[in-house]
Amino acid sequence: MTMLATIFCPEGGHFALALACALALMQGVLPLAGLRRTDSPLTALARPLALSQCLALLFAWTCLVTASLGNDFSLKLIAETSAINKPWAYKIAGLWGNHEGSLLLWVTLLSLWCAGLALLPGQSAARPEGLPLRLRARLLALLGLVGAGFQLFCLTTSNPFLRLWPVPADGMGMNPLLQDPGLAVHPPLLYSGYVGFAVPFAFAISALLDGRANALWARHMRPWVISAWALLTLGITLGSWWSYSVLGWGGYWFWDPVENAALIPWLTGTALLHSVLVVEKRNLLHVWCLLLAIATFAFSLSGTFLVRSGILNSVHAFANDPARGLFILGLLGLYGGGSLLLFAIRAPALPTPQAGFSPLSRESALLLNNILLCTLCAVVLTGTLYPPFMQLLFGRTLSVGKPFFDATTIPLTLPLLAVMGVSMALPWRQTRADRLLPRLAPALLITAGNILPAFWLFPTPLAALSALLALWVISAALCDLILRLRGLPEGSRQLHRLPRSLWAASLAHVGVGVTILGLCGMAGSQERLIEARPGTHATLTGRDWELTALTAHHGPNYEVVEAHLTIRHHDAHGPVLTELTPEIRLFPRQGQRTLHVAILHRPLEDLYAALGSVKEERDPQGQSHYSAILRLHENPLASWIWLGGIVMALGGGLHLLPSRRRPKPVEGELRSCR
Amino acid sequence: MPLTRRHLLAALPSLGAAGLGLGFIRMLHGLDRGQFDPRAINTPLTGQPVPEFPALSSLPGQAGLTREDFRTMTQPVLLSVWASWCLPCVEEIPFISQLAASLAAPRKKRDAPLALWGLCYKDQPASASRWLERAGQPFTRLGLDQDGQAAIEWGVTGVPEAFLIMPDPQVGGRIVWHGTGGLTEAVYQTRVVPHLEAAP
Amino acid sequence: MSASFPLTRRKAGRFWIILACLLCLGGAVGLVLNALSSTIVFFMAPSQVLAHPPTPTRTIRLGGMVVAGSLHTGRASDDTPEARFDVTDGQAAVTVQYRGILPDLFREGQSVVALGRYDGHGFTASEVLAKHDETYMPKEVADALQKSGRWDPRFGPPPNAADWNSMTVPHPDTPPGPGAAP
Repeated sequence: MTMLATIFCPEGGHFALALACALALMQGVLPLAGLRRTDSPLTALARPLALSQCLALLFAWTCLVTASLGNDFSLKLIAETSAINKPWAYKIAGLWGNHEGSLLLWVTLLSLWCAGLALLPGQSAARPEGLPLRLRARLLALLGLVGAGFQLFCLTTSNPFLRLWPVPADGMGMNPLLQDPGLAVHPPLLYSGYVGFAVPFAFAISALLDGRANALWARHMRPWVISAWALLTLGITLGSWWSYSVLGWGGYWFWDPVENAALIPWLTGTALLHSVLVVEKRNLLHVWCLLLAIATFAFSLSGTFLVRSGILNSVHAFANDPARGLFILGLLGLYGGGSLLLFAIRAPALPTPQAGFSPLSRESALLLNNILLCTLCAVVLTGTLYPPFMQLLFGRTLSVGKPFFDATTIPLTLPLLAVMGVSMALPWRQTRADRLLPRLAPALLITAGNILPAFWLFPTPLAALSALLALWVISAALCDLILRLRGLPEGSRQLHRLPRSLWAASLAHVGVGVTILGLCGMAGSQERLIEARPGTHATLTGRDWELTALTAHHGPNYEVVEAHLTIRHHDAHGPVLTELTPEIRLFPRQGQRTLHVAILHRPLEDLYAALGSVKEERDPQGQSHYSAILRLHENPLASWIWLGGIVMALGGGLHLLPSRRRPKPVEGELRSCR
Repeated sequence: MPLTRRHLLAALPSLGAAGLGLGFIRMLHGLDRGQFDPRAINTPLTGQPVPEFPALSSLPGQAGLTREDFRTMTQPVLLSVWASWCLPCVEEIPFISQLAASLAAPRKKRDAPLALWGLCYKDQPASASRWLERAGQPFTRLGLDQDGQAAIEWGVTGVPEAFLIMPDPQVGGRIVWHGTGGLTEAVYQTRVVPHLEAAP
Repeated sequence: MSASFPLTRRKAGRFWIILACLLCLGGAVGLVLNALSSTIVFFMAPSQVLAHPPTPTRTIRLGGMVVAGSLHTGRASDDTPEARFDVTDGQAAVTVQYRGILPDLFREGQSVVALGRYDGHGFTASEVLAKHDETYMPKEVADALQKSGRWDPRFGPPPNAADWNSMTVPHPDTPPGPGAAP
């Protein structure tokens, strides 16, 4: 049995991957050929091809996982990242912690999105609002072409099923830092977000090809934008939480190229999310929306791959390989550049909208939101690409870090928050200031009433101002809900009678506000570094932290040193608040050490302790004394950052739940788009 | 002319993308040729005389490696820096053995007289000797650089790496090529052989 | 009239859009330029710092090797650890003051990057980065060392401090010794 698995798994997986590539190519070519005529059996092939491609890739994964669990070190990927004594969960999760495995994950997720699109009930007599079958075939074909390119890349330059000869007796093991549950879930989440934007991209290309970017098109596209956006939001949130709780540097966002690579598509994706709404409701901005859909996917691609080519100097970059980089760049040029070229040729011919923007209308607020988000994106992009381009053009070495991004992004975020609050209260088309003000009055009053407390509570005026604007966003979203509830006819004022999209939008906006409040709170975090022997007390904002003991013991494949901390209210005699045990783990095999931070999450603050190192000192009597270097933090509102991210994603998820009511017919042409 | 303006505006994104793409191509190109590297490995010793380095012992029964060996060398030397704990070096074994075999028994005229020497970087003698056995004792001279001191002098930035040294009586050996990567057939044919053919 | 009305409304709307775009774009360009001129952190080697001292308010990244025997650690009155050490690029050395925990892999004879300000006498660091692991070396240090023709030791444990002292001496034939550090 084991013998069979050893022989079969790598080759079976390899074959499945090659098969999937061929299927993806067929999925890309055949339906497109079929669509040239009105009724061709080829068109109907898109769906079964997408499903079988997905099955083939899932089979490849099964093979890879079986080989990894069975310690098949004849696979180069497994020999380089795994070891016999590695916990089994990380034998699986470790597979996507490297270039080859993560690429396989990427194509598999794309095929899963395709399968989702294929399985979704299409338009029929019973479901006239469903996705038109011809449009679905075209989308699947375009996604098949994208998938085929990347599977070819996977097979030729980054094959996870490559063999190694001679077979090593044991693997090289995995970076202990990567042995963390958060990191095991992070790539799949983040990637499903990245890859998810392939579907709106396919919608955009389809619209450019047949020249129909109308309201109905936007309505079909919107759920896909929202789901990709929600997953990307969750992925970024989890990544940031991982930085905070695992890396033990006390920060949550480092403006590293890899982080920026996720933030950039998130920003354009958020802009897309809002502009697609304008297309659907007002039949405006569709050219812009097309461009955003293309740009978001292109940025997602660059985010996943360009970082890995070694151009951007990131801590997270995998080993660089220019050959791979050129292939990636070729694919990027093909998909990103090709679609932008298509855009340049076809977009000017798209019909011009007849309606206009009046300054006081929801569409104008959404447009402003788009302008601000895209400016933010341009700024982050500039900061990320500045160092490599400076080195290329002028040979100068420099680094762009947190100061640059703080100085540029905060001033752009503040007006964005201000607009966010107003936008929910604005109706479509047009309104007058005297009608708008009463709707905004409660939120304005709440915000104004908190001016003094904010400036008193938050450490800097900038943090206080940002916090006030966050409060403005939250209160505007909630007040709007209440006002709309009161606007319902008497007798049916129940929460569930409000449209779900309203709930979803309010929830997402509240999430943004909560995250911003968390960021402002973190600006006032207190930190102390102490070198302490057991029995030492330290005071931090009115609490007493005592190092009670230092202990050591053995773990499965590491050794642990723990520091036991007792935290009391007020002073050394106050009531005990909690105990924290930060630890250091030493992995003798890799000669590495990892920090394990101890965090107590409380509603209004995090207590955070990291053990830096333990020193041994000998006194003149020859007795050893141990002292620990500890970093103690009090991080106000820290957990709100991630809570807000989850709330945002929940808002997206809420929007996706099937609605009981029939969608209203869209404005303008009601013809079905092919 | 509203139509042209629309066309111009629509072409802007592709122009921007083309600019970025060009930049990236230049960077990748530079990466490939070592002119652009965010984690640059520089090879300052190329063209320089062999550096002074402490005399290195070898495994029992093999010749060690000293600075003096480079003063008395008469044929070009390919010095391979390796370690048994490095996976790329394990991958390198087949080519090294094959090269050693072809050097020992020159079949064609084109096989330039070349000596294959080894520098073993920070390794246990026992595991180094296992590696050598697997490779079929390819090196005519072998230095065990257990504290990494000689590698520092040579400017080694990682394993595997390789140097091509030409005899030069004036300075006692001159480094003509420093490869930062494993030896493969392709690297050997494109980087090493041209130097050998250019030599008088 | 009825035909031209939507057009004028469109024109008026377009005016607002273009205005908003220009404002945003202008603001962003201003912010970026301002941030680039004031917050870009340049990398400097000790000899560059001494030759062209930066203004005391400017944050720079100082990179080089920690001179062997130069590290003095202490503890401030509030238990915060303090450290003082010299950083050299083989040609000149700058004394760095740092309050905080030195990174785990901080060692004498090892490459470091210190982020901070130079006041004409000494360098006050707000952050000290040592190499992360066996294979990591700050790129700037590698560049600077290679420019001055020194070894790039980003791999494996560092040579011990005495060896590094001998490496910092410009002429390799000068006998190494404990006093050889600049």
